[in-house]
Parts: sequence; C-alpha cells; structure tokens
Amino acid sequence: MSTIPLDYEALRLIWWLLLGVLLIGFAIMGGRDLGVGALLPFVARTDEERRVLLNLIGPTWEGNQVWLVLGGGAIFAAFPPLYAASFSGFYLAMIVILLALILRPVGFKFRGKISDPRWRATWDWALFIGGFVPALIMGVAVGNVLLGAPFHLDDTMRIFYTGNFFQLLMPFALLAGLVSLGMIVTQGAAVIAGRTEGVIAERARTYGSLAGLVTIVLFALGGLWVAMLNGHVVTSVIDPNGAINPLAKTVELVPGGWLRNYGTYPWMLAAPVIGFAGLALAVLSLRSGLKLLALLASSAGIFGIISTAGLSIFPFFLPSSTMPEAGLTLWDASSSHLTLFIMLLVTAFFLPIILVYTAFVFRVMRGTVTTESLGKNPNAY
Amino acid sequence: MIDMLVVDLSRWQFAATAMYHFIFVPLTLGLSFMMAIMESVYVMTGREIWRKATLFWGTLFGVNFAMGVATGIVMEFQFGMNWSYYSHYVGDVFGAPLAIEGLMAFFLEATFVGLFFFGWDRMSKLGHLVVTWLVAFGANFSALWILIANGWMQNPVGAKFNPDTMRMEITDFAAVLFNTVAQAKFVHTVSAGYVSGAMFVLAISALFLVKGKHVELAKRSAVVAASFGLASALSVVVLGDESGYVATEHQKMKIAAIEASFHTEAAPAPWTVLAIPGADGEPIWSFSIPWMGGIITTRSLNEELEGIHELVDRAEDRIRTGVIAYEALQQIRADGTDTAARAVFDEHWADLGYGLLLKRYRADIENATDAEIAMAAADTVPDVWPLFWTFRIMMGLGFFFIAFFGLWFYRASRGWIDTNKPLLWLTVLLLPTPWIAIESGWFIAEFGRQPWVVEGVLPTFYAASSLNVLDLVLSLSFFVLLYTVLLVIMVILMVRIIKAGPKEKLFTPDDEDDFVITTLPATPATKELVS
Repeated sequence: MSTIPLDYEALRLIWWLLLGVLLIGFAIMGGRDLGVGALLPFVARTDEERRVLLNLIGPTWEGNQVWLVLGGGAIFAAFPPLYAASFSGFYLAMIVILLALILRPVGFKFRGKISDPRWRATWDWALFIGGFVPALIMGVAVGNVLLGAPFHLDDTMRIFYTGNFFQLLMPFALLAGLVSLGMIVTQGAAVIAGRTEGVIAERARTYGSLAGLVTIVLFALGGLWVAMLNGHVVTSVIDPNGAINPLAKTVELVPGGWLRNYGTYPWMLAAPVIGFAGLALAVLSLRSGLKLLALLASSAGIFGIISTAGLSIFPFFLPSSTMPEAGLTLWDASSSHLTLFIMLLVTAFFLPIILVYTAFVFRVMRGTVTTESLGKNPNAY
Repeated sequence: MIDMLVVDLSRWQFAATAMYHFIFVPLTLGLSFMMAIMESVYVMTGREIWRKATLFWGTLFGVNFAMGVATGIVMEFQFGMNWSYYSHYVGDVFGAPLAIEGLMAFFLEATFVGLFFFGWDRMSKLGHLVVTWLVAFGANFSALWILIANGWMQNPVGAKFNPDTMRMEITDFAAVLFNTVAQAKFVHTVSAGYVSGAMFVLAISALFLVKGKHVELAKRSAVVAASFGLASALSVVVLGDESGYVATEHQKMKIAAIEASFHTEAAPAPWTVLAIPGADGEPIWSFSIPWMGGIITTRSLNEELEGIHELVDRAEDRIRTGVIAYEALQQIRADGTDTAARAVFDEHWADLGYGLLLKRYRADIENATDAEIAMAAADTVPDVWPLFWTFRIMMGLGFFFIAFFGLWFYRASRGWIDTNKPLLWLTVLLLPTPWIAIESGWFIAEFGRQPWVVEGVLPTFYAASSLNVLDLVLSLSFFVLLYTVLLVIMVILMVRIIKAGPKEKLFTPDDEDDFVITTLPATPATKELVS
C-alpha cells in the first residue's frame, strides 16, 4: 500500500494514542455521570436532592456515554484481535458491566414518571448500581490486564480463554478496581460540588476529598505492587510494519518488568506524577471550595492514572498469562494499513466537530442546579 | 470440534438482543422526524398547539429512546463477546462502519437529545428546532452506517482474504460504502421505521379522537401521520424491496427459499401466493400468479429464477474449490515464501468460505468425503417454510399499509378525520402491525442468510467465541429477563403518559392558566424556574 501517505508503524502508534484518548475521554466525561450515580444515595438523601443530581447530569450523560460506545467501536475497527480477545475473554465481567449500564438510561427516564417513594427508591439504587458497578469492574479488568489474561491462540487466530469470572477477582485486580472507583467517585463529587449548593455540595466535598485521598493511597500501593508483578517483555525483534501475527514473537516474564519503560523513557514518569498531583489538587480544591479547579484537577488525575496503566504495559494491550507469546501488542493486533488510515481520516474529521458541539451543549446547560430550579419542565427527571 | 450448542445459544442471544433493540429503533427513526416536522410548523406558524404536540410526542419518544439506548449498548460489544472469531476474521472491514456510526451519528444524536428535552427554555425557537432536526438526522445516519455494516454481511464487496493475517481485509472502501445491498436495505429499513412512527402517532391520535379528548392536537397529529405514513409506506415497498437481493449467489438462495422454489423456473417465473409443504419439505400444492415472481425478484421477464436444487449443485462445486484454497492456505501458513501455493490460493480464495462449511463435520477438511461435501452443500439451504411465511406476512402488511395510510390521507384531505368511529378503533388496534412486519423483515434477512454469518465468506458456526454453555445460559437468561421487565414497565409508563395526555400547563407556574413562556430566549427569572 505504497499510496498511503503514512507508514504502518506510525498509524499503529497514532491509533494506540487515539484509543487512549477515547478511553480517557470516557473516564473523564462518562466518569462524571458514573461518579454521580455511585454517590447518588449518599450525597442526596431526599427525593428533591436526588432530583437535583439527576437533572444536573441528565441533559448531558447520554452524549458522555458515547465515548464508551465509540471506544468499543474504535477497538473493533483499529485492533480487531484485541476487541475479540478482551470482550470474549472477560465475558461474564462484560455481562455484569452491560447489565449495570442498561439500568442507567431507563433509570433516568423512568424514575420521575411515578411519584411513589418505593418506585423512586428502586430506581435510585438501580442508578447507583449503574454507576458503581461499571466503575469498579472496568478497573478490575485493567488489573487483570496487568496480571495477564489466561488465553491462547491457535494458528488460525482463534482465541481460547481458560479462566473464569471468579479468577478475575484477584487481590491486585480488586485493588485496581478500587483505584478506578475512587477516581470516578472523585470526579462525580467534583461535578456535584461545582454546580450545586448547600448541603448537597457540602456532602459532595466531604465524600469527594475522602475518595481522592483513598485513591492516592491505593494508587501508590498499586505502584509498589506492580514492582513485584511479572511484567511481559518482548524478546524477539518485532517488525512494526509487518503483517499481524502475535505468535511470531517471543516473550519473557520479568519481575518488575512493567516498570521497565520508565527506565527507558523517563518522561513517562510524568503520567503517575500527573495522577498523584491531579488527585491531590482535586482534594485541596474540594476542601477549599474551588469549583472549576476541582473538576479540572480530578480530570487530570484520571488522565494520569489511565496513562500510567497504558504506558506501563506498552507495547502490550493484553498480555497472556498462559501463553505469553500470544499476548497482543499494538504491532501485532491492529487492522490493516488501509483501514487504519481511512479510520484516521474519518476520526480527524469528526472528533473536532464532536468536541465543538459537546462544548456548545455544556454551555447551553451551564449554571447551578437547585431544588427551586427544577420547575415545571415535563421532561425533567 | 465446534460445540453446536454454544453456537445455537449464541445465535439465540444475538437474535433476542437484536430483536428487542429493534422494537425501539424504528420508533426513534420515525418519531424523531415527525417531531421535527411538527416543531417546524410551530416555528413557522407560531401556534402553540404545535409546540404542545411536539412536547407530547417527545415525552413518549424519550421513554422509547431510553430503551433504545439501554438495548443498543449491548449490540456494540456482543460481536466481540459472543462472536470473537467473526470479530477477528472480518473486523478489518466490519469494524469501520460501526466506529464511524459512533463518530458521525450516535454522538450527534445522543449529545443533542439532552438539549431536545432540557433546552426548550434555554434556546431560541429556531435554535431548538435545529436541535430537533439534528437528533432526527443523527438517528437516521446511525441507521445508515449500521446497514452498511449489515449490507456487507449480505454482500461482502471491497475486501479480500489475506493469508498472512488470516482475515478479510479492506481493498476498496468505496465499494463497502456504496454496496447496492446496503443502500437498498437502508432505504427499506428507515422507511419501515417511519411507517412505525406514523402508525404510533395515528393510533394514539385515533384513541384521543374516539374518546373526544385533546381533539385539536390529535387532529393535527393525525394529518401529519397520515401524510408521512403514506409516503413512507410507498417508499418501503417501492424503493427498498428485493431488488438488491439478486446481487449474489446466496441472495439467490435466499430468494429461492422465500419463494419455496425448489427447481429453476423458466423465465418469467410465477409468484407463489400460498403453498402447502409435503413430507419432504417441497410444496405439494400451490397457488401462483404467472410472471409475477420474475418481475418482483429480477425486474425482468427474461431472467430466470434459479431453484434450490440447482443452487445446491453449484455450492457443491464451490466447496470442492474451497478445499483447494484451504490446502493452499495451509501451505502458506507453514511457509510464507511458498509462491506456488500463493498462486493457487489467489485463484481460488473466493471459495474458501465454502470449504469452511466442512469444518462442521471434520477438522481436516482436505480429507472430506463425498458424503460430507454433499451434507455441507445441503447446509447452504436455509429453512424454507419459516422464510416463506414470514415473507408473506411482511409483504402483505407492506401493501396493506399503503392502502391504509392512503385511505387516511384521502379522508384527512377531505377533512373527515374524526367522523368514522369504527375506522378510529381499527386504527388503534393496528398499532402493533408495523412491528410485526419489521421483525419479520429482520428475521428474513438474517435467518435467510444462514448458514453464513458473512455470505460465502464465513459460516456462522465457525464464527462463535469459544465460550461454555453456562456462560451463555447465564447471559441469555439475564438479558431476556431484564429486557422483558423493562419492556413491560415501558409499556405501562407509555399508557400512563397517554392517559394523562398532553400537559396543558407546560413550563408555567401552577397558578397560571396558559403558556407564559412564548417569548424566547427566557429571562433569568423563568430560566431559574424551569431549568
């Protein structure tokens, strides 16, 4: 494909970055709503208080969730073997996430249609599950990626997964799940504290700064733990412009191997630094009532934490614990040269437009939401 | 060996989740355009009744949209979850339209749908109208990309198998986009969605009229629905029928199965209206209209319609060639520099999928017996009679909709909207019929494609993930249970919304009788009141 103006290696690297952008985009944007969902029963105690939170995120949560849908679509289009292996491998975990996510759109829409307190309380807990469970399980999945997933490939590229759901709940993976939950809750709290008043904002600041502190501690603990884990290191020469064939490489397991990239490329240390600094700043801003700064800092924290995970396992996406050479990297799990190029053109065209209209919608819906402001809109939640 | 129970359960799960999802999608497609039309009238005329109508139908739209989102999220992920070999094998081609759907369509729809509901008092009239149109276009663009993806499964153009990566790869993206099957399916599918939207509005308006409630709103809505419905019903039948079907070999098999045409008929073929199957599955009695079959399926009088037996014979030849391609592929996989094997593969790769049909019977397909090849060839015939009957249900309803909306359109143009009670009651009762036609249509499209998941390229049984039965039993039961509970709740809520009727006092304080916020944008005071 000599007519494609970007070489295969560059496109694979760009798509690795774009995947990061989409997943971080979901964690920052969708994380707002997941976090508010996870805090809903605690930060808001009465029906009116809960309506404030639901109407705070109600106008924008659907757009935010598309970051996840698009992330799934982008993995499918740009890294099909990764899409195939991760989603079929973590099958029951995915089912749990999906069942939780299914509760969200209906929870928002159905809750307000009947005023019976039992009806509303049921949907409040459904919305709690819809926020809490995905935030936790997605982190657990990332933890399992660092541990290596028990899958192997045959010569036809068919994937065989030999683990089960309960094996996913390893102590390290649960720790990763709590880090994920903690950062998402911090994000949700920053959103609430930024656009509500009174007791709701007060509780959000308390829960948010607590979650932020816990996340800092757990993230540090995770870093120490990773130093003891076996990292996967490619020991053969990979042709970054070659046809995909994961089984062509050799892989060695090295204790502390997931930290090797930071020795080779010290600039990568910026990622965990931003993770810690962002969370710390978010905690401080929440405590001192700096609304916008808290949200920005919390978003930076999310960016830092997810980048840390991605850079640590680079060039891997999904290492295999049972057949290390079958582990999928960005070099041997991508789409064809032409598909990556077409998808880059399409993304370069549409992503800026998406950012512009998303910003427009947030601007139109800006402002503080209070119990008095819920008003008579029949579409309000 | 392939576990056929896992394959069957995976198929049931996909069918269940897709068919649930497609209860809500058509209404989103149709209702969003009708809301945009009503709001356009409001903006042009300034008459409050049209805004009230937009808001009322919008409330029902919202409940339906939530279910569409809830069931849609599963669709994006279950290719990888349940069909991982499919995802690897064709992801290079199939993933692109799915991702573009997110970038171009779903993002637009989902971002602006929030403004549609919450932005009434925060935007100018015109601004909000633009938002409503963007939601409608987002929904319909979404359908376009999904049907480009689905059209490729029916007619896999613009791609070639790469022996080095063991998958289909894009060679011509424009061919994937402008796939004739995809274009025909898009028009057919969205038009069917518009018919469901029109029937929804018409049936509920008829109920209001028969009860003498909300008469002004119901009359206006009925006029919009009757005209929109007539145009859409014509479009479903005329623009998006079987014309795209004859593009490929297996589409011919699908047509032959739909028509229960076991032997090639001399052109122009008759069209079988009704038939009674015998013990061997072939018709023992049938009632046919001469020439009609040829006209419907080939759009000509001299092209012949091939029969199932003749198509099976051809499939057998292609399976034998497919085995040659498979052997060459094995040699290439063992030694990538084997140019002789590559030459053989290049000549025969298009039949590789037919060779894979033998994988159901043995792993070493190069040693397949004549009996196994005959069985694999027989597998290319989908189950005839379910297709035969669902097609006739769909087609009968399709023509009925033209007549029905035609009648309504005629009466509406004469101003006879609420004068015929039996017709109004009939209209209420007909509410579910578009969904029967639509679900039948998807059944014909997907069940008729069997045994292929990608026609001629990848057999369905070969595409499933290596999951175990317990995984699938759990996931299938959870989905069906949760979806069913939510569907029942949705129907109950819609009935309540309809019973409550359009709100008389939208956006107004309790002590006001009429609309106050007619001058937009809102003042800070009203903004605080209603946000």
